[in-house]
Amino acid sequence: MLTRAYQHSLNGSQLSAGRPVLEVDQVSLRFGGVKALDDVSFTVTSGHVHAVIGPNGAGKSSLLNCISGLYHPQQGQVVLHTADAPAPDGTPGQEHRHRLTRLSPHRIARLGVARSFQNIELFSHLTVLENLMLGRHIHMRHSVLASMLWFGPARRQEIAHRQLVEEVIDLLELQAHRGKPVGSLAYGIQKRVELGRALCLQPALLLLDEPMAGMNAEEKEDMARYVLDVHELAGVSVVLIEHDMNVVMDISHRVSVLDFGKLIADGTPEEVKADPAVIEAYLGAEDEDTDVREAVARQGEER
Amino acid sequence: MSTFVNLLAYGLADGAILALAALGFVLIYKATGVINFAQGEFLLVGAYMFYTAFVVLQLPILLAVVAGVVVATVIGVLVERLILRPMVGESAISIIMVTIGLSMLLRALVQMFYGTSAKSQPPVLPRSSISMLGATIPLNRLLVILIAGIVLVAFTVFFRRSRHGIAMRAVADDQQAAMTMGISVRRVFAMAWALAAVSALIAGVLLADISAVDQNLAAFGLLVFPVVILGGLDSVPGTIVGGLIIGLLKQFVSGYLDPGLSTVLPYIVLVLILLVKPYGLFGETRIERV
Repeated sequence: MLTRAYQHSLNGSQLSAGRPVLEVDQVSLRFGGVKALDDVSFTVTSGHVHAVIGPNGAGKSSLLNCISGLYHPQQGQVVLHTADAPAPDGTPGQEHRHRLTRLSPHRIARLGVARSFQNIELFSHLTVLENLMLGRHIHMRHSVLASMLWFGPARRQEIAHRQLVEEVIDLLELQAHRGKPVGSLAYGIQKRVELGRALCLQPALLLLDEPMAGMNAEEKEDMARYVLDVHELAGVSVVLIEHDMNVVMDISHRVSVLDFGKLIADGTPEEVKADPAVIEAYLGAEDEDTDVREAVARQGEER
Repeated sequence: MSTFVNLLAYGLADGAILALAALGFVLIYKATGVINFAQGEFLLVGAYMFYTAFVVLQLPILLAVVAGVVVATVIGVLVERLILRPMVGESAISIIMVTIGLSMLLRALVQMFYGTSAKSQPPVLPRSSISMLGATIPLNRLLVILIAGIVLVAFTVFFRRSRHGIAMRAVADDQQAAMTMGISVRRVFAMAWALAAVSALIAGVLLADISAVDQNLAAFGLLVFPVVILGGLDSVPGTIVGGLIIGLLKQFVSGYLDPGLSTVLPYIVLVLILLVKPYGLFGETRIERV
């Protein structure tokens, strides 16, 4: 698949592969009496696709919201590791730790944590291009005055950003939809635009909240392909939340399993698949799910 | 025919100023969800700021405009920071009450510092007239239309094209997603208030120049409500269309029918629009399920 040479690197992280990029450390989150997350700890390694799976209501989205700063956990911390650019002789740059649990969402985004949402949260009145250009917002430095007058740096910058955006459009095959308002696009394409918008941030870490939710098998396969492309071609570390276990097993390096807010397993896909706790808490429910899906598919055929 | 052309010019000039004033209102509503009852007072304060710079401090006109814009920006940002931000999360009614309080405060401050009598200000725009289409039209009305038009186009382009404008639209669309794009929602709020204050200043200066620097400027600002209800609370093009309709309607009714009726008519339009098309001509229809 590594056929195209892209000018711009979409990976915003300077960490060398194999270093920890994100540490979730004993995070607990309560809403009143409900424990959404209960003492959850795991580490995401740079260069990995790290899946977080679990049945509905297991706390997956809450966890993502804690990482991106929309929720503030009562206990524990989330630490992001970043690094300076490596020296010309190849020695890795100095690493920095950022406690995300203390920062506001827009600060976290500026550190390079980009995300998509389970229920699409695009700017539905703006075009695909404008949505993607918004992903470049944190990389644009010119002032309000310069952008009003559209002179010098503002103009040059926007042209460079536009090139990167075009590469993302190319990677995700969104060419045909560039100028259309996002609200008018089909669901599956909106999901792709949301992935693209997050990619345009040149993220150090990409958080995807159920990118395949509500899709049919074929669309799911396509989306998995795009996520893999993002990882292989762009080299971005990905935290992927998914409800459907089968989808993630093939594409992730590591899998963490949540159930009722607790981390019940954490390991390679093979380890997790064989874990009795996972099979009991998760696969049992998954079977029912499959039955329902088959029933729906049969109905479709009869019609 | 000459009356018609005259009324047309007067109506368009009034409408252009109304559109500018309404633009600030829509900006604030769109970006922050606040209904700003003090928009008329922003016009008033803007006109007096310019008066202070131009007449009291004797600054050259361009410098006076710049000074006015700077002060208006500061006032806008301060209002957001000190008065509206503590109200985040409060009910809409409380926030409306706060902006009504703000309007009274601003009006009282202007009275306190400048008194209640009208201030005399040398004309900014030329007072001569030109003959056009068989009518004698004051040049300043035409210039008002031109200046307001340029400012409106500039603002519209800013929203459609620039990154700050698009960031504002993004915040208006989906605050949560905007935050995760690295957009500081607070800064966008501050920017909305500052831009609203600046557009109100320009409207205030133009209006003062064709009327007078006095307390009635705020009353003219009240016409913002029929304009935005007609155009749609959250529509920038709606302010232009709404402003021109209300401005023309007022002048034509005043010229052909009855000046008294013309002061009431905009509010009759407001009530009718609310009855027939509550989201205005261009407003987004929101369906809320409770």
